This record gives sequence, structure tokens and C-alpha cells, in this order.
Amino acid sequence: MKKRYTISVFTENRVGLLNRVTIIFTRRKINIESMAVSDSEVENVHRYTIVITETEDMLKKVVLQLEKQVEIIRAFYHEDEQIVYQELALYKVPTDILVAGKEAEKIVRSHYARVLSVESNFTVIEKTGHKDETHALFNDLKPFGILEFVRSGRIAISKPMKTLTSIIEELENNIK
Amino acid sequence: MKTIELEKENLLTKTNTMSGAQALVQALIDENVNLIFGYPGGAIMPVYDALYDVEDQLNHILTRHEQGAIHAAQGYARATGKVGVCMATSGPGATNLITGIADAQIDSTPLVCITGQVHSHLLGTDAFQETDVIGISMPVTKWNYQVTRAEEIPEAIAKAFYIARSGRPGPVLIDITKDAQFEKLKYSYQPFKGMRSYQTKNNLNQDQLRNAADLINSAEKPMVLFGQGVILSEAEKEFKTFIEKAGIPAAWTIMGLSALESDHFLNVGMLGMHGNYAPNKMTNECDVLIAVGMRFDDRVTGDLSRYAKQAKVVHLEIDPAEIDKNVKADVAVLGDAKESLSALTELLQENEHLSWLQEFRKLEHEEHETVISEELRPSVEALSMGEVLHEINKNTKGEAIVVTDVGQHQMVACRYAKFKRSKSMITSGGLGTMGFCLPAAIGAKMGQPDKEVIAVIGDGGFQMTIQELGTIFQKKTAVKIVVLNNEFLGMVRQWQELFFDKRYASTTMANPDFQSIVKGYGIAAKKVTKREDLESAVSEMTNHKGAYFLEVKVGKENNVFPMVPTGASVSEIRLK
Repeated sequence: MKKRYTISVFTENRVGLLNRVTIIFTRRKINIESMAVSDSEVENVHRYTIVITETEDMLKKVVLQLEKQVEIIRAFYHEDEQIVYQELALYKVPTDILVAGKEAEKIVRSHYARVLSVESNFTVIEKTGHKDETHALFNDLKPFGILEFVRSGRIAISKPMKTLTSIIEELENNIK
Repeated sequence: MKTIELEKENLLTKTNTMSGAQALVQALIDENVNLIFGYPGGAIMPVYDALYDVEDQLNHILTRHEQGAIHAAQGYARATGKVGVCMATSGPGATNLITGIADAQIDSTPLVCITGQVHSHLLGTDAFQETDVIGISMPVTKWNYQVTRAEEIPEAIAKAFYIARSGRPGPVLIDITKDAQFEKLKYSYQPFKGMRSYQTKNNLNQDQLRNAADLINSAEKPMVLFGQGVILSEAEKEFKTFIEKAGIPAAWTIMGLSALESDHFLNVGMLGMHGNYAPNKMTNECDVLIAVGMRFDDRVTGDLSRYAKQAKVVHLEIDPAEIDKNVKADVAVLGDAKESLSALTELLQENEHLSWLQEFRKLEHEEHETVISEELRPSVEALSMGEVLHEINKNTKGEAIVVTDVGQHQMVACRYAKFKRSKSMITSGGLGTMGFCLPAAIGAKMGQPDKEVIAVIGDGGFQMTIQELGTIFQKKTAVKIVVLNNEFLGMVRQWQELFFDKRYASTTMANPDFQSIVKGYGIAAKKVTKREDLESAVSEMTNHKGAYFLEVKVGKENNVFPMVPTGASVSEIRLK
């Protein structure tokens, strides 16, 4: 059965590695639902957070093929219950909907969204949360007219895991 | 006096300033490379200029096409166990390497491919002969890297060799911009020591070994499948001790062929689509299946849902991504085959499985009666591919290196060629690259000049890289070329006959007079159309000192049997 999984990939900081990561998915025609790349707590180690919907059997094969790449340090996968995760969404709306009527303001408040920037003709609202939460705000604001909307890829921290530092120490000791 | 001067010069070059191109060449020498295959062009010219100075130390073989260069490097690597090196210019030169890189990737062949690239300031501008070879080669390389500064060259080359040959070997590509080839650097070379993100060795897991040993010790009908992993880890001796101690019949994939001598009493033959009857049938009869250094390719397994379901599977494998990829392992032993096998053998009880082995013999006999005897000694007028191989065996006594192309003749060569020595069968297994044979045979001969190298090719594949006759001519390479000519793309035709109602779409070949072509290249040649001429022609070929071309007209519509049709289970293998 297909399920949603979050894959965390830890890599060296190297040009072109993103391509090597995505190739593993595209060759099996797996759609990457979201991807976020950033540095990690360890210097020169990058982390990729990738969300896909797949069977666990297929997922395991993909994760092993990721780890097989020379410059990928480790890869892990988790179900939603095993991670703390978050996404960030930005909404650009006409400022007058917040000024003229109280309704839109109430919506922003009830979703615990933040106003990031107010200009005379538009306002940017920020909402962090899970996809269904950012999506709910989107649906509520839609009748008032959304000028622009963007949502980041999921970022996630796993609940049970050895620290990255200890994993890397172990790997570095192996080659000494 | 001269040696002292040479040493002095060597010392100087090791610390002195030199160009990136010179550094590349020096790094290859420092990696003990003495032979490279390639083709020059604009973006790699500084490197060729640097090669000109070191011709006595680093021999460059000019092939007639970049695909020829890379297949030659593959043949060299497969025959010697060393890293094969090839070189090409940017753009079309680089893209012509891709087929060979993909072939080396799927067949785990250690290669270092060096490509020239346009000036770094032109990258991304669609400059003349610019192609994004890093992007193109990414899915088919074990690792690749673009050098844009000369100072990166020594480390990039050291790393390339380390990655190509360690762990599960594979092809590596280094792309070097032309400005980096001209730029000066202070050269010093250090072999690469390893990296945290790429661990080549693992400690054997004692529990896995014990579990594997328990399964094997209690098995009544065990069977071993071995692949190229045995050859790549040079575990031939350990492998033989392993099967002999436990008395287990062993069957091979075409990549594992020659790791165990053909006439070993436990060698039960070839697996897969056109493999032998007994090992395919018995895969679905055994109680413990022990796979060593093989990856359960679909051509080996047939329908996976009906593959060895009754058996407990033990998988000895160096690449974690291969475990459970196609066939679920009950016990997986992760590690280098040489280490795993010797540790596992320690835990095994001496055993023999004579009545089980007897069951293989019965099926072997059946295959012999139905297929093999007719193939080796046909009752019909038309010559068979098998009888040519049989004749070659008689002459070479299993000592020759046999290189094949892809198709019917490949299956026949794998089925019937006899081997006494490892690394003696060189064939394009995973990718099935037509045109592989002729250049690969050139590389194999250059890597093993004292061995007889016999290239067995079909008339289709021969014409895919026929231009490499020019390389043979120029370098006087003493390869023996056997073209089994049926004027068809035989394997496709066989499938058309069996599965497409004999609709022979684009498989008939009107061939030129190969004799005239080959004679143009100064190669001794003979054509055999009658059985009575075969024996003398083959012995003339093997006795001939230089290159020799033997064309044998074989039955136009002969089929290779046995056969596991696509989608069928291995135990449904057809004898006719």
C-alpha cells in the first residue's frame, strides 16, 4: 500500500548533487511532492527533506540507491508520526480586504497567521503549519482574492535518531 | 648516468610547476597507468600535447571512434582487473562515450573516463562542441566531476581511481575545461585515502554469517548461483573451497562465467534465458539458494513471482542496494565476496550432496540429447554456431580469452566456450551493447598480450564498430576475429519467429564482402561455408601469429535453445 513518507538525505556540499538525488526518483517515475534543501548542524553537510507517496518496499530500494551515491552520507525515511515537520506558506492579498471589512482580518487571526508586510496595495501574510492548515487558510482567503500564493517544501526533524554528529564521527573513524 | 638523470627529472616534475595537462598525464603515470585509449579533439588538445612527451611511459591507443576507445578500455579492465582509462574531447567526443559508460556502470567495470571541456568562461553558452557531459553522464557514472582549475587535477584523478576500483567498481568521468589544462599548478600527488560518505569496506556481521552457515549446513538440496562479484573481488579460490567443502552444485550468470573452470565437477552451467536446463529447473527445486556476487537480473530470474519460492535465499553481496532489490534474501551477508566466502566456509561442515547432484546430471543428459549434441555435431547441412565454438575449444583448450558481442552468438559462446582461467570471458552482460566485441577484444589483447584473444561476433554487431579494424591494423593487434554470419539480426529474428508470427521486420541483412574489407586492413582472412573446412580454418586461425579474420556462414534461421520465454518461470524453460 502506498503511504506518504519523508526522506532525509545527508550529503556533502557539492555542485550537481541535487541532480544525482532526483535521478534516483525520476528513473523509477516517482513524483517528488516536495523537496527542501538546506545546511545542517554539521558544517559542509547538507540535508534534503523529500516527500513522496510510495509503498514501503519501493521506498526502501530508493533509499538504498540514494545511499549508494558516492557523495551521499546517509539517507533515512520516516512516516509522519515519527517526525516533527512543518511547512511555510505566504499569501499576498489586497490590503483593502483587511481594511474595509472585518471578515478577512478575523480569518487571519483565527488561523494564527502573521502579517509580514503591509503596503498600500497589498499585504503579505505568513502561515506555518502542516499542509492541511496552510491549505485551509488558502481556502478561507480565496473568496477575497489571493494575488499570489507560495508554499515551501516540508522540513522535518525526526524524533528517534542518532545525532548526525555521532553518525559522521563513526563514518570518519572508519576511514582513518 | 641516464637513470640518475631520469630520476632527477622525475623528482623535479613531482614538485615543480607544470600545466594542468601535464599534471593530468603525470597523475595517470603516478596511478601506474601505462595504456589509455582515446581520440583527440579541440578541447583536449593540451592533454594530447602533454602525452606526446611521455609516449614511452604512457601509451595512447588511437581508436577510430570514441565508442571504440571506451569499449577497448572496458575489455582491458575486464581482462586485467585493472582500471581502464579512456579519453575524448568535449561535445560529440564525450557523448560518444556514453554507451560504454552505461555498459560499464551496469556491468561494474572500473573505468576512468577523461573528457575535455570548453573554456570555463564559455560554460553554459552553447559554445562550439560544448555539451553538459556531467549532466548527461550523471545517471550512468558511479561518480563524475568537472575540473575548472588546474590545482584540482591531482586530487580529482586520485579520487577517480579510488572510486572506480573500490567497493562495487564502476565508471568515473572527469571533465576538464581547456583553461584548466593550460593553467599552471604546483604538482604533488597523493593516493586518495577514502571519504566519509563512501564506505568501501564493512565488518562482516557474525550473526549473518552464522545464520547463513546454519541454513547451508542443514540444507539437503542447496544450490549456488555466482556472478561477477567472485571475479571482481578475486575470490575464485575462496569460492572453489566454499563449494567443494559443502559439496554444492554451482551455476553461473554470464558475468560470472570463467570464475570457476568449466569442467569442475560442481559446475552445473549457465543460468537464465538461454542458460542450461538443469540449473534453471533446479532453481525451483532447491531448498537453499546461495547467491554470490550476483544481482538477480531479470534475464536470470524470469518471472520473479515464481522464482525459487520454495527456497531459503542466502545473498552474499557487496552492494547494500542489491539486497532485496529483486529477490528477498532470508539471510543477507553484506561484504566483499572474498572475505565473506572465507569466513562462511570456516563455519561450514564438510558435506556432499551426491543424489541431489545426480538430479542435475539427469537433466544435463536430457539437454544434451535434445539440444547440445545436435548443436555441436549437427545432422543438417548448415553449420551451427555451436560447432564453431566447439572447434575453438579444441584448439584453445580453454586457455583463450573469449570476447563476445550481443545476440545469438553471445548466448552460444557463453553456453559452449570452455574456460580454465578466470577473467577469460568478456561480454556485455547488463546493457547488451552491440558493437562491444571488436574494440573490447582489442583492449583485452593489449592488456593480456600473451593470451590468445578470440572475438566472437555476429554479422550485425561486427558492422556497428567495424571501423576498429583500423586500430588493429595500425597497432598490429593480434586478435582473432570470428564472425558468425547468418545474414540476420539473429536474436531479434528468433523472437520474431517465436513471438511475432515470423514477421521479419528489419532483421535481414545484405552484407558486404567482409573478406575484401578485412583484407583492405591487411588482416589475414578466411571464409568457411562448408563443415569440412571448419577444422583446418580454426586451427589456421589459432596458429596464425597476427590478427586473423574467420567468417563462418552459419544456418540462417537457427535458434538458440533452451529458452525461458519472457514472462515465464525459470522452471518453464523450453528445450525446443
